[in-house]
Amino acid sequence: MTIIEFIIIIPVAVAVAIGCGAPARGLSLLAAWANLIFGAGVFAVILAKGGEGMHFQSARVLLDDPELTLGFAVDGMSGVLVLLTVIVTFCAVSISPENPGKGSGRLYYISLMLIAAGALGAFCATDLFFLYAFHELALIPTFLMIGIYGHGREKVATAWKITIYLGVGSLILLGGLIALYVNLSPSGGLTFDISKLAPAPGQHPLSAEVQKWIFLPLLIGFGILVSLFPFHSWAAPAYASAPAPVAMLHAGVLKKFGLYGLLRVAIPLLPEGFEAWKGLLLVLLLGNILYVGLVTISQRYLDRMLGHSSVMHMGYIFLGIVCCNSIGWGGAVLMMFAHGISIALLFALCGSLRERLDTLEFSRLGGLGGSMPFLAVAFGFAAFASIGLPGFANFASEITIFFAAFNDAGEIGPLQVATILALWGVVISAVYMLRAYRKIFQGECIRELQVSDPGQALKLPVVLMIVILLLTGFFPNIILKIVPNLFGIL
Amino acid sequence: MLPYYLEICVVVLGVLMLCMELFSGRRSRGNIALVGAAGLGLILALLIFAVCPAGEELQYWGIYYYDKWAAFYKGLALLATLLVLVMAREFAPVFKHYTSQDEEKSGVGEFYCLPIFVCAGLMWMASAKDLITIFVSLELVAMGFYVLVAFMRRNVGSLEAGVKYLVLGALSTGFLVYGIAWTFGVSGTFRLEELGDVLASGDISGRAAMFAFALLIVGIGFKIAVVPFQIWVPDVYQGAAMPVTAYLSVASKAAGFIVLLRVVDPFLASPSLRDPVVCLMVFVTCATLIYGNLAAISQKNIKRLLAYSSIAHAGFLLMALPALSGSVTISGPGPEAAIAFYLAGYLLMTMLCFLVLTLVRVATDGEDLAALEGLSKRAPFLAFAMLVGVASLAGIPLTVGFFGKFFLFNIAIQNAMHSGLWVVVFVAVLGAATGFYYYFKIIKAMYWEVAVSEDQVTQLKVGRVAMVSILVLMIAVLFFGIFPASLLGLTL
Repeated sequence: MTIIEFIIIIPVAVAVAIGCGAPARGLSLLAAWANLIFGAGVFAVILAKGGEGMHFQSARVLLDDPELTLGFAVDGMSGVLVLLTVIVTFCAVSISPENPGKGSGRLYYISLMLIAAGALGAFCATDLFFLYAFHELALIPTFLMIGIYGHGREKVATAWKITIYLGVGSLILLGGLIALYVNLSPSGGLTFDISKLAPAPGQHPLSAEVQKWIFLPLLIGFGILVSLFPFHSWAAPAYASAPAPVAMLHAGVLKKFGLYGLLRVAIPLLPEGFEAWKGLLLVLLLGNILYVGLVTISQRYLDRMLGHSSVMHMGYIFLGIVCCNSIGWGGAVLMMFAHGISIALLFALCGSLRERLDTLEFSRLGGLGGSMPFLAVAFGFAAFASIGLPGFANFASEITIFFAAFNDAGEIGPLQVATILALWGVVISAVYMLRAYRKIFQGECIRELQVSDPGQALKLPVVLMIVILLLTGFFPNIILKIVPNLFGIL
Repeated sequence: MLPYYLEICVVVLGVLMLCMELFSGRRSRGNIALVGAAGLGLILALLIFAVCPAGEELQYWGIYYYDKWAAFYKGLALLATLLVLVMAREFAPVFKHYTSQDEEKSGVGEFYCLPIFVCAGLMWMASAKDLITIFVSLELVAMGFYVLVAFMRRNVGSLEAGVKYLVLGALSTGFLVYGIAWTFGVSGTFRLEELGDVLASGDISGRAAMFAFALLIVGIGFKIAVVPFQIWVPDVYQGAAMPVTAYLSVASKAAGFIVLLRVVDPFLASPSLRDPVVCLMVFVTCATLIYGNLAAISQKNIKRLLAYSSIAHAGFLLMALPALSGSVTISGPGPEAAIAFYLAGYLLMTMLCFLVLTLVRVATDGEDLAALEGLSKRAPFLAFAMLVGVASLAGIPLTVGFFGKFFLFNIAIQNAMHSGLWVVVFVAVLGAATGFYYYFKIIKAMYWEVAVSEDQVTQLKVGRVAMVSILVLMIAVLFFGIFPASLLGLTL
């Protein structure tokens, strides 16, 4: 049994144990700690080996025809995402309340553990089937968490919306994946093994036309999961209604699955299909950055604003992917990591504000910096990171992506034009983030609010996330170094 | 041991149980159900260990066949009946409420015996390969169900269901007989193997053969509840007692599908008839998928909801039929294996749901979704079991329901790539997506809603037999959802 299988089994086993009556919060925290240590260990090993090839491989054959293997392995890219998952899971469990919903909280912690297990399994699976299945595993817990422990009047409608939206997205994706594996399987039997599906270099068995039409459902399916414009409308209300830990896990980790799927499955296996839809993707990602960016500016509530901002930043990652060179993809993976941590940090702080205030409407807040200095400073860091200020990982990733677009560009093409337009997104981010900071923490205290800073429980995860953002911001090579090696098709 | 001893054993078991009931006097009849379940378990063990001519096909008197499919479906029938008896035993209080509190006059003893005889009919059907045997065994099953559906004699709903089932069932039988007569008229044979040869020779009247086929589809379509022969389903499912509904939805459908597979096969194999037959099947499939899934959305009664969902499941199963005996070689499990796998999975998950619902029904008066409200508080174990069952019905990965749907989609997509029948795949994807909504409605009721009425607050008590059955079914649903090979191996 490899350490990767161990990392995936821990949250599942803990969920079962909690279901059988074990103490919910204690055991979950223990599992989160254990996974944080193991995940960091896995990342360190990959770092030491330089990210070449797959590590910690395991495979259990479950079915011969079609060949189905319960196989896990990590390379540079999945290593980064595993690290992201264990960090965000740890922080999400840490900030979870002792008695959520005034009950025993069993269901709450079981759901958290299952979402974490789903994300870890999806990022490590070497088999197309389990890549898909583990992601689906997180669907029901998300539904339950928003429905039971969510807040706001719209939580029921929102829970339905996200479930049906993502369910439909997954089914479209499934259709595409079946078409993919049926067409690409080597003669002599179907297989789900991604490495066996990969065509030999320079000899793609499918014509460009076929690739194009298989790529489309994959793009739509993965796109829905990442909230690609115009399939983004589920994200902001869902994150606004969800309990903070779920918003952290979903926006920070689970949403990256769609991008991971594009980079791991769709693009390497269907390069010409990707080529065909690049132009469309450029338009859509500008929709994410500019249109959703403007929508974000007009938000009046903090939680909705954060939800929209997370949708907006997906545009940069798509931009990095469209660049189609190792710099761009390295930047995209770094941005997945940076955005995952920074949005989780923002949702954690937002959840903490929600506990203390009766509203998150900007016009009814102000001057809170005096009574809660820790939150104010932490929110400042998070906002700067989200804007992409130098020193934070977000800056490193955005600048890498922008450079990648101009790498070897002889003349100004559509990609370069799109990048120049996308640069304005940084300004948009600055407008809404700084305005939010000013309205909440600075200025006059509009009302008499009896509030205080959060206790120790919040401080450790928040400080941890800020430190990681700064660390990877000053030394982005930790992540960039191990990522580009894995794309064999370059 | 000869395979047809199995049916004889089942009938003997039924007669024994009837004798037990005869001498029970005023004592409780609960033990009869247990004896029946134990006996069926024993016969299931006989099927697995004593009768196993691997890979070969046995034939007796030209009317009784025994091959791997027959064995598989006989196993399904035995398992389904066993679980129905467990369910019926739990359901006894409600049953007596609608008949008589007196153990002797309530007829609960006979209620335990009837499924055994239905089971014998189902097992025989699995071995039938000529139209006459198929007809007789179908009728044996239908007779049993006519009685079972209307058994709660003081319940208007049950009587209504009984009448509807009887009238429409008789009508469909008429169509089936007429279809058999036409088939005989066209081909001069009742045996499906010979029918295949005659149809393939092309030496027949195509129109008459198609007419015969359409009539046969009416008769069989009634049993498996496909559109437009589904009208009876919601009312009968709602009116019948919970165990009978479960039995109808699992066993009746499984048996209908074996017959459908065997009857459709010779028609599809005929080059001249293939296109119109596929056309007809595609129409029925799409109509069933659309109707079943859309009508389920607005249901408030849980049995009606499951009734429409069972129509939808029939639609998914039909998806694999056009690939049958076609020119396309399907990689992965073929249509027969995929359908068998799906039906086995469907048995596990549907029985799991109905077992939980039976227990809830006994404790709570009412069969609306509202009866499930707050179940996660009063019986967390039952709520979780139901969650697993419903997730599997919706086709969430890592449950057996997902693999069932996956194998069917696998076939439909491969078939569509050659024949261009993408409309079926498209409708099925939409149908599966709709399924998320109405299945999640059940989850929502159990976990989000707060119980309002008195009897919804008290903790539910679960008997030991029911508890073990639920646990086993739940583990099976999850186990085969991760390791499908062990179940698929039985069908290959």
